[in-house]
Amino acid sequence: MAEQEENIVEQVTNQEYKYGFVTDIDADTIPQGLNEDIIRLISEKKNEPDWLLEFRLKAFRHWQTLEMPNWAHIDMPEIDFQSIYYYSAPKSKTNKTDANGIDPELNKTFDKLGIPLYERAQLSGMAVDAVMDSVSVKTTFKEQLAELGIIFCSISSAVKDYPDLVRKYLGTVVPYTDNFFAALNSAVFSDGSFVYIPKGVRCPMELSSYFRINAAKTGQFERTLIVADDDSYVSYLEGCTAPQRDEAQMHAAIVEIVAHDRAEIKYSTVQNWYPGDKDGKGGIYNCVTKRAICKGDSSKISWTQVETGSAITWKYPSCILAGDNSVGEFYSVAVTNNYQQADTGTKMIHLGKNTKSRIVSKGISAGKSQNSYRGEVRVVPKASNSRNFSQCDSLLLGDKCGAHTFPYIQVDNETSVVQHEATTSKVDEDQIFYCNQRGISTEDAVGLIVNGYAKEVINKLPMEFAVEAQKLLAVSLENSVG
Amino acid sequence: MGLLEIKNLHANIGDKEILKGVNLTINPGEVHAIMGPNGSGKSTLSAVLTGNPTYTVTEGSVMFNGKNLLEMAPEDRAREGMFLSFQYPVEIPGVSMVNFIRTAVNEKRKYQGQPALSATEFLKMMRERKDLVELDNKLANRSVNEGFSGGEKKRNEIFQMAMLEPKLSILDETDSGLDIDALRIVAKGVNHLRNSENASIVITHYQRLLDYIVPDVVHVLYKGRIVKTEGRELVAELEEKGYDWIKREQGDL
Ligand SMILES: Nc1ncnc2c1ncn2[C@@H]1O[C@H](COP(=O)(O)OP(=O)(O)O)[C@@H](O)[C@H]1O
Ligand SMILES: [Mg+2]
Repeated sequence: MAEQEENIVEQVTNQEYKYGFVTDIDADTIPQGLNEDIIRLISEKKNEPDWLLEFRLKAFRHWQTLEMPNWAHIDMPEIDFQSIYYYSAPKSKTNKTDANGIDPELNKTFDKLGIPLYERAQLSGMAVDAVMDSVSVKTTFKEQLAELGIIFCSISSAVKDYPDLVRKYLGTVVPYTDNFFAALNSAVFSDGSFVYIPKGVRCPMELSSYFRINAAKTGQFERTLIVADDDSYVSYLEGCTAPQRDEAQMHAAIVEIVAHDRAEIKYSTVQNWYPGDKDGKGGIYNCVTKRAICKGDSSKISWTQVETGSAITWKYPSCILAGDNSVGEFYSVAVTNNYQQADTGTKMIHLGKNTKSRIVSKGISAGKSQNSYRGEVRVVPKASNSRNFSQCDSLLLGDKCGAHTFPYIQVDNETSVVQHEATTSKVDEDQIFYCNQRGISTEDAVGLIVNGYAKEVINKLPMEFAVEAQKLLAVSLENSVG
Repeated sequence: MGLLEIKNLHANIGDKEILKGVNLTINPGEVHAIMGPNGSGKSTLSAVLTGNPTYTVTEGSVMFNGKNLLEMAPEDRAREGMFLSFQYPVEIPGVSMVNFIRTAVNEKRKYQGQPALSATEFLKMMRERKDLVELDNKLANRSVNEGFSGGEKKRNEIFQMAMLEPKLSILDETDSGLDIDALRIVAKGVNHLRNSENASIVITHYQRLLDYIVPDVVHVLYKGRIVKTEGRELVAELEEKGYDWIKREQGDL
């Protein structure tokens, strides 16, 4: 039976990554390495105001005093931060752009990734900000959204066009002092998306950013800022891929979210960075700081993530529940296969009264991977009558992978209730055989079972993303069961 | 040529030989009952025929539809038209019955070169076949077998059989744990699906089920071998006399 399981594992662990191609395009790249001159150069390339350069330099100086964190259940190789290129902008070979201002070569790339850059090609109401390496390539539906007062653009243009807004919020949820990767990002961030939803406006379409790393040896350091004013609503999606390369690449992003009174923000991620090959060579190191603050009373923020990619994932999308009656949610599926390592979870910090949070985490481990849930729930003395419910489940395929749960719970008042449940289960060969006997192949059976297991989370995604995520789950585990 | 031709089949679990030379031929249109005391290898035979990887075939041959069954993957055996109603159907949490059976039906159609059923066609078929075994609507929307009662699980097996229209159905103790009403429903379903092209193997301990699903041939499997093959009158004889006389005939008592 052990042998059988081994076959199962072997089958699911020989996946193919479909987005591993490279776009042959020239790039405007600055010299490799990191120092104050490089930071000045990045800032200059982007024509930034002085206050932003100052912000970057302060962050950089702070970063130099820090060490890379090593508390996660991750074996992270030494990273030579001087060997990375911190800025690479795709540059048209022909200098030709079409009527929509898009380089045909870039358009081809995003087309191949299934990301339409032309508004008329959009099947559903979804506005896209497409970012390749260090710059935003195109943001669709900008004008239509502007009629409602919604701002959706790259963060670089926001710095130019809405400096007061950016300055008011940038670094307020994730200060550059927060952690090593946050300091690094604050020093070198290149592009990303900016969203502002004005008072009382429900954003009529899904807003989405698509991040693509293309250039070799380049790090991606995007930064996203979303602000929802009183009584507004927005649903935001984030997707990402990278070419297949032998050497690892760094991705250290920051996402900051602010919800004012009664505002609601849904943030969904389907993370599919290149995970490295089946022997653990290459892949993206995904070290991301995502944090949301429910600033206003009765505001609500929900994170949904489906994590299938990256060689290393270090990521804890969090909610600070500052406003009374505010609600934070975290729904996560993290799949690891081969030699992937994930240490991911959330923090729910209850500051306001009657605040509620809900955590549903589904870890799926296959191959020789390590999959950890790390979560913190903290309820401060004045956050009376607060509630948290956490459900952390692990599913194992085979016996060479590891699943771990690290919950940190601190409740400092007597009227609050925190509840934590955890389970670990295995994909059972009797289940697989039952499917086989109905004419369903082992691969499809694993896909069905895993998707069934993750259903509660997948159902939280917007419809189209949910379908994509389901396929992705099945593909990530291809050949891991036999 | 028979639909199923088993010749001198030997099979092991680990090092332990369970099937010790089974011979059996089944023709289209026939219903064969396989009876025998607990532990004689009846479930093992059904597992080996359907390709359960826990068992190793050490000797013998099996032809199904004129093809070498033992060379086929379990899912291909199913797509060729072999169906097992499990003695202990497993639960698959989170996978809805509808999604499961639609995948199964369409995989089979793909194998046979037919296009996938449209949602409307599928739902119509599902409604019909569900009624056949009086399966509650609610069950069809639940996860596969999850929280089903024993009887519901068995009816769900026959429902799947109705959806997949197999050439050969193996019913492994489908009657165990069923009350008389559920038994009649299951038998009605099986009889309804019976025609001159397909065949069934009904594995059971008791006469009860065979009063409703009347077999053409009755075998007794004992210690991994078929030791007796007769007409349907053997059922009554076994019911009356038990298995001791068989054991005695085999020199075991
Ligand atoms: N997983 C197993 N491991 C070891 N022995 C088994 C296993 N399953 C069944 N057996 C043995 O194989 C023999 C036949 O079992 P089975 O085919 O279930 O009989 P039946 O269905 O006729 O009651 C029995 O002696 C049983 O103990
Ligand atoms: Mg049995």
